[in-house]
Amino acid sequence: MEQAIEILFTASFWVAAIRIASPLIFATMGELICERAGVLNLGIEGIMTVGAFAGWFTVYSGGDLWTGVLVAAFAGALFGLLHATLTVPLGLSQHVVGIGVTLLATSLTYFIYRLALPEVTSPPKIEPFQPWPIPGLSKIPVIGEALFAQTPLTYLAFITVAVVAWVLYRTPLGLAMRAAGENPSAVEAQGISVIGIRMGAVMAGSALMAVGGAFLTMSAFNSFFFEMINGRGWICIALVVFGSWRPGKALVGAILFAAFDAYQVRLQQLSGGVVPYQVFLMMPYVLSILALVLVARRATYPKALMIPYQKGER
Amino acid sequence: MTVLRLSGITKRFGPLVANDDISFDLKKGEVIALLGENGAGKTTLMNILFGHYVADEGNIEAFGQLLAPGDPKAALAAGIGMVHQHFTLADNMSVLENIALGTESLWRPRLDRSLARRRISQLSSDFGLAVEPDASVASLSVGERQRVEILKALYRDARILILDEPTAVLTPAETDALFRTLKMLVANGLSIIFISHKLHEVMAVSDRVLVLRSGRLAGERTTARTTRRELATLMVGQEVTPPKVAGVARGEALFALERVSTAPLGSGAFLHDVSLTLFAGEIVGLAGVSGNGQAALAGLIAGTENPASGKMLVRGKLVGGWSPRAALDHGIARIPEDRHAVGTIGDMSVTENVIAERYRSSPFCRRGFLDWKAAKHFAEGLIRDYDVKCPSPEARIRLLSGGNMQKLILGRALDPEPAIVLANQPARGLDVGAVAYVHGKLLDARARGAAVLLISEDLEEIVALSDRIVVISKGRLSAPSGRGERTIGEIGELMAGHSEVAA
Repeated sequence: MEQAIEILFTASFWVAAIRIASPLIFATMGELICERAGVLNLGIEGIMTVGAFAGWFTVYSGGDLWTGVLVAAFAGALFGLLHATLTVPLGLSQHVVGIGVTLLATSLTYFIYRLALPEVTSPPKIEPFQPWPIPGLSKIPVIGEALFAQTPLTYLAFITVAVVAWVLYRTPLGLAMRAAGENPSAVEAQGISVIGIRMGAVMAGSALMAVGGAFLTMSAFNSFFFEMINGRGWICIALVVFGSWRPGKALVGAILFAAFDAYQVRLQQLSGGVVPYQVFLMMPYVLSILALVLVARRATYPKALMIPYQKGER
Repeated sequence: MTVLRLSGITKRFGPLVANDDISFDLKKGEVIALLGENGAGKTTLMNILFGHYVADEGNIEAFGQLLAPGDPKAALAAGIGMVHQHFTLADNMSVLENIALGTESLWRPRLDRSLARRRISQLSSDFGLAVEPDASVASLSVGERQRVEILKALYRDARILILDEPTAVLTPAETDALFRTLKMLVANGLSIIFISHKLHEVMAVSDRVLVLRSGRLAGERTTARTTRRELATLMVGQEVTPPKVAGVARGEALFALERVSTAPLGSGAFLHDVSLTLFAGEIVGLAGVSGNGQAALAGLIAGTENPASGKMLVRGKLVGGWSPRAALDHGIARIPEDRHAVGTIGDMSVTENVIAERYRSSPFCRRGFLDWKAAKHFAEGLIRDYDVKCPSPEARIRLLSGGNMQKLILGRALDPEPAIVLANQPARGLDVGAVAYVHGKLLDARARGAAVLLISEDLEEIVALSDRIVVISKGRLSAPSGRGERTIGEIGELMAGHSEVAA
């Protein structure tokens, strides 16, 4: 028992928690942007898969790491464009389109992977992002190591949260995005194109989701394998709700979830096989459901979320 | 100086011509009233002007410049502001955010809130439009929301302001405040187009009246040199006579609420310690601004809601197990507030809709099977008796106009000769002819000895029909007043929530 608590004060635990949180932060911010503009993007799971592959494959084919990140973002934005075209101007069901995009993006990725690398048995590796300790700050015990001795992509994840929050609450663009998610006819009446705002938000959000996927292959691990997103996209959907559609709260949620995840791995080792390991695996999910129930009940969701906007309709 | 010129505007929706060759000019500092019944094409015309629709023919010039069609942005840039009938505000955002939305380039790195706040306060105090810039729109009253809509236009330096049915949702006091604001705006050189179907308002605010009838300009009058009667005739195309209310002796108490309260449910107000008795041969008018508990009271009578405390009596007997079916069994007829959402099932036929309340029993149901012959016979009878214009009893009901739909609902409710009639906004959105028809039918029911509860936001309707008037405000009822006892002004005060000085 004592050991179980001691874990919480070790630097390695917090380093792992922040590392696990990073892809979730990117993808949660991406989903949050989409939903704030009024579009539920269930393509997230597939778009993360695309990003994971596109980034990794760029580097594997000889590109440098940052080019890989850009290619991943671009690929994500393309699938975002597909999702947005179907859901925004055409006004199709966001649920159906989202699941369709996830299935298409995932299968297409696996297909291209097999076409490009037909004969591998063990996944080929790349040289991933290395930790980039920030001089001075990284020397602070526990916290310094956890927050300031990570890879550059983790720093980028935190910067993304700040940028998303700034854009949403401090800029005219963010105002228009939030209004598009609250009452699109208000946006239209003020002379702004709802279609343009929503499509832009879905594309930008999808790009962020793809970067979240790329983190897995280019920073957390060093290769691409099937099923590697493993439901992280769906967790991000829940994290947006948990965060009541606010970037700061969603960040806290992502770190909390990641901490549970890192914790359960360590508890598994402690228990020495007495408790079935599935119980620990289950823990973060059970706790997130509990947290959702407690936190999200009072959340005010964007009023026009999932409601397609058709111009000139009354 | 002419600020706006519409020339030959025509707009068709399929076979329907919504606007037929409409032309007029608007001058600087002038208030034009666009008068017409519902469906006359007023809102369509303004939506073309503001760029929500594209006209099939004709063009619009603002300040001498041709206006690009179908682009609200062009209209805004030309200085045209529109206050829509259904507000276009984002509820969960602040007043300031709603007003500033879209006024700055989207790519600016920062929204200047303090500048926006200063300008809003300046405009508020200049034109008597008091609002708190940082309040959330969700917390505002309807009157305040309208002020935000007007501020939105002024913030963009609108020189032409279009108001679509602005008074439909206001209390009389709020309406007066709006009219004062409009006068100030005109004094500052703005021009206003005021859309309404209420004659007294048109007479009160406008310089010139344009009357629209079935999509055409039926006439143009200078307000100072016309009368309400003349305008009404232009609007309808024939003389309208108000219904004659004959005296009917009041009978026994058919329905009573004794100190009833309801549980808070949803967004509407709930009832608080309400007592009300409906007598045979009497129309009781319930006046009030929408959202003050009318929905709860109507739900209570219709059976969709149950009292949390207090007693409910039908013919002096306490009712238990209250449900919509129990209400029907007790002889309560319902004319619901929203005929599209609640009153009818749009994609089902006229026949299916008119038997919806009685399909379980004879004559429409025999040994557990529907008797379609009887149903169709009944539907055809209603179509004939209530003068419903519809292609056939098989037509889907949503294809009917509001007036015809309402006539069918009336027929369904009144044909079984119910003892108690709940008429919730029975004439809302209907044209003058249909309104007179609905009123006539309610008076017939009263003459037959039914107890009628008329819920309406239209004070003139309430005053014209009701034998007794009660006012609802924040879930509480005022003391009743008899025919002619209170003036419209006094009722308006009660609607605004000012309780009466102890008499």
